[in-house]
Amino acid sequence: MPDLVTRRPQGLYCELGDFYIDPWLPVERAVITHAHADHCRPGHGAYLAHRDGLGLMRARLGDEAALEGLAYGETRRIGDVSLSLHPAGHVLGSAQVRIEHSGEVWVVAGDYFVSGAGDCNTTCAPFEPVRCNVFVTESTFGLPIYRWAPQTEVLREMRAWWADCATQGKHALLMGYSLGKAQRLVAGLATPDAPGPVLVHGAVARLNAAYREAGVALPDVDTVTPETNFKSLRGALVIAPPAVQGSRWAKAMGPHSDAFASGWMRLRGARRRRSVDRGFVFSDHADWPGLLSAISATAAQRVIVTHGDEGALVRYLTELGLRAEAFATEYGDETHGVEAAA
Amino acid sequence: MKRFVALYLAIDATTSTLAKVAALKRYLADAPARDAAWAVYLLAGGTPRRAVPTSELRALACEAAALPAWLFEAGYAATGDLAEAIAYVLPDPEDKLDEPLADWMEQRILPLRALDAAARREAVLAAWRGLSADERFMFIKLVGGGFRVGVSKLLVQRALAEWSGSDAAGVAQRMMGYTQIDTPPTTARFQALLSDDMSGTRGGQPYPFFLAHALPGEPADSLGARSDWLAEWKYDGIRAQVVKRDGQVWIWSRGEELVTERFPEVETAASTWPDGTVVDGELLAWLPGETEPAPFALLQKRIGRTKLSKGILAEAPVCLLAYDLLESEGEDRRQESMHARRARLERLGIATSPLLDAADWAGLAAARTQSRERRVEGLMLKHRDSAYGIGRTGNAWWKWKVAPLSVDAVLIYAQAGHGRRANLYTDYSFAVWNRAPRDAAEAEAALDSTGGELTLVPFAKAYSGLTDEEIKGVDRVIRKTTVEKFGPVRRVRPSMVFELGFEGIQASTRHKSGIAVRFPRMLRIRGDKPLHEADTLDSLRALMETGTNGAEVADD
Repeated sequence: MPDLVTRRPQGLYCELGDFYIDPWLPVERAVITHAHADHCRPGHGAYLAHRDGLGLMRARLGDEAALEGLAYGETRRIGDVSLSLHPAGHVLGSAQVRIEHSGEVWVVAGDYFVSGAGDCNTTCAPFEPVRCNVFVTESTFGLPIYRWAPQTEVLREMRAWWADCATQGKHALLMGYSLGKAQRLVAGLATPDAPGPVLVHGAVARLNAAYREAGVALPDVDTVTPETNFKSLRGALVIAPPAVQGSRWAKAMGPHSDAFASGWMRLRGARRRRSVDRGFVFSDHADWPGLLSAISATAAQRVIVTHGDEGALVRYLTELGLRAEAFATEYGDETHGVEAAA
Repeated sequence: MKRFVALYLAIDATTSTLAKVAALKRYLADAPARDAAWAVYLLAGGTPRRAVPTSELRALACEAAALPAWLFEAGYAATGDLAEAIAYVLPDPEDKLDEPLADWMEQRILPLRALDAAARREAVLAAWRGLSADERFMFIKLVGGGFRVGVSKLLVQRALAEWSGSDAAGVAQRMMGYTQIDTPPTTARFQALLSDDMSGTRGGQPYPFFLAHALPGEPADSLGARSDWLAEWKYDGIRAQVVKRDGQVWIWSRGEELVTERFPEVETAASTWPDGTVVDGELLAWLPGETEPAPFALLQKRIGRTKLSKGILAEAPVCLLAYDLLESEGEDRRQESMHARRARLERLGIATSPLLDAADWAGLAAARTQSRERRVEGLMLKHRDSAYGIGRTGNAWWKWKVAPLSVDAVLIYAQAGHGRRANLYTDYSFAVWNRAPRDAAEAEAALDSTGGELTLVPFAKAYSGLTDEEIKGVDRVIRKTTVEKFGPVRRVRPSMVFELGFEGIQASTRHKSGIAVRFPRMLRIRGDKPLHEADTLDSLRALMETGTNGAEVADD
């Protein structure tokens, strides 16, 4: 049996179905795992993705793009393969792509997050392992130094920092990627017992709206506008994308402490380069134990590793007796922790 | 140790000086004196000797985390910090040990050195199991001999002074020598730091060093009248303070280590000084009968020897060239004016760094151009009325160094940095052509073939001189042009030319290029320069012969 998915210059390609998955160059038919910019690029002829993510994709791609949605588990026949989407736990509508042909099953996972005990995410469906012969996995955090504390615990630390800011008469600015990460933060921090009001940057507010439209019950939070009077607020928490750091927009908050939420904050070096007051290790990607448990749950005998520290993961899986190799992709940003949103 | 780790994390988490001092004061108020004695020692730069070889720590980490060594090393390369890498891969701790910092240091950490490997293994694994995650990180830092923290000695002194209500200059002076290796702090020594009674701290106690700023621009623009300033050569040796009291001599390095035994000839010379004399000066290798000091490399060779044989003492004799007098007749003279101290120093009748007599700034600038021939780094300008301050304070002392030697070199390898620069390619290896390529095409062809006649010869490594923004840009290019990875090192397809500056250049048998440069650093990225126009081995050899750049280094 030939490989169901191969790497072409445009991206990962399924020849029997004549479609690409998250291609980085324009193609006729694209299956999209999720709406982040490096996976969902403009210029394709037709897009197929999970229906919850269509609103986010529409916002990114414009009115002209031809988008079509599937539910999780719904099967679609394309050419000689049958295709279905399964939850990846990364962001709203994020999906693993399952491709089947004559009993052979391949799963291309895209980006995914594996929930453990103490992870509670109401903003997207949790990762579901799908049994397959070949599993194509990401490896953004593909080293054993990356192990996440339960997100409820990290949210508690964030709340303690915020409360501490409030006691000192300061606001708190928490930066994280506006699609996915920001919604996890809003859902986890805008609680009735919060130390102060939660506000969000306009970019986050737009995506929050798309989440609500897709039926996610995010708490109501105010949006920062030029009219927002920070002097009249006490102990506010502002959730904003990383680009606001050091900007005039951030200065308008008045006295505040800043923090960054990302898996890269695991590294002290990255934390100090960010020169924020606090770095919280809070990711929407699988950590090392998450990657290994996901791979093992698929029962795949062959694993293809994409973007990240693929070399280490490939070698480790090989030593475990699996057939492992790497696909060079153009996802993610290899400049670890510098601008990466993970 | 929990309280100390909390202090460390508080300091690490903030960039605000005020917040750091506040955290230090809170700690001092809460901690028992014997813990505070250790905390001050560690934070002010004291580094206990490595108690466990890092190779052992790595092996134990792999064992405890059940990881193959290569995978652990990959994680270490990504964090750029061994203690961090180990702390992150270990299984979750039990967090059940809670002992004071002083007990950790004196009863658990320092004794590790004397244990055999099996006993050390047990002790380290027990500590890893019993400590919290943050404490484990600290423990590894302390046993691995690499403890550093984002707080300066000056800040520690300020916190001590504010907390105890004593004068900061007094604390600074009493703290000289406090952080010496192999001299563990005690409650008594800690309390002596806070006591305004100075009598107990005489002995070999040195004074804090006064440091100079680099002069921005030309002296005529900012320093006023030439007559207000004393000008000396800026020697390229080792800064030292020599104390003669009670018939005994102590030689202190700028790092506040006692180095008396390393320089017996200087000790002998100083033993004839009157008691109650403290001199600041430069240790230089200087061959008898020469008018200039020997190149720094000779001094370096001498420092590198653990045993001082007759041979090395004869090959690299060291002398002290004095330039300031801090104490005479047992009196602290630091508040007297520079020229008054200088007059006292000259009356002492010892080898003294001469003053330059050029009458105006133009004359001094002309003298400065002779720096390389004289094997000095440029000039020192000291205000004649200035007191001898503490650390890098005030605007009384300036170093006016000559522009560095420079060549345009090609980046060929990169390695990720450590600490703040972890996971970012910041450490680069540079090469020059073995001969000038005819044109761009020939240079490109040489990059694609191996073993050709035209080739790039590596000659220097550099990791400083770029801004954070520039580093990010270079990092991106490195990741895009990587040809090969070996561990943390990447070989790139050369595409970037840098202007590399260095202080000195010498023939060397240890380097493939046959050339060693001193203090190489990046002056700028030559985005305007194509690869084939980078310099050649001949340009380096020409620098070696003349000691000067063919063309003066542009300032822009």
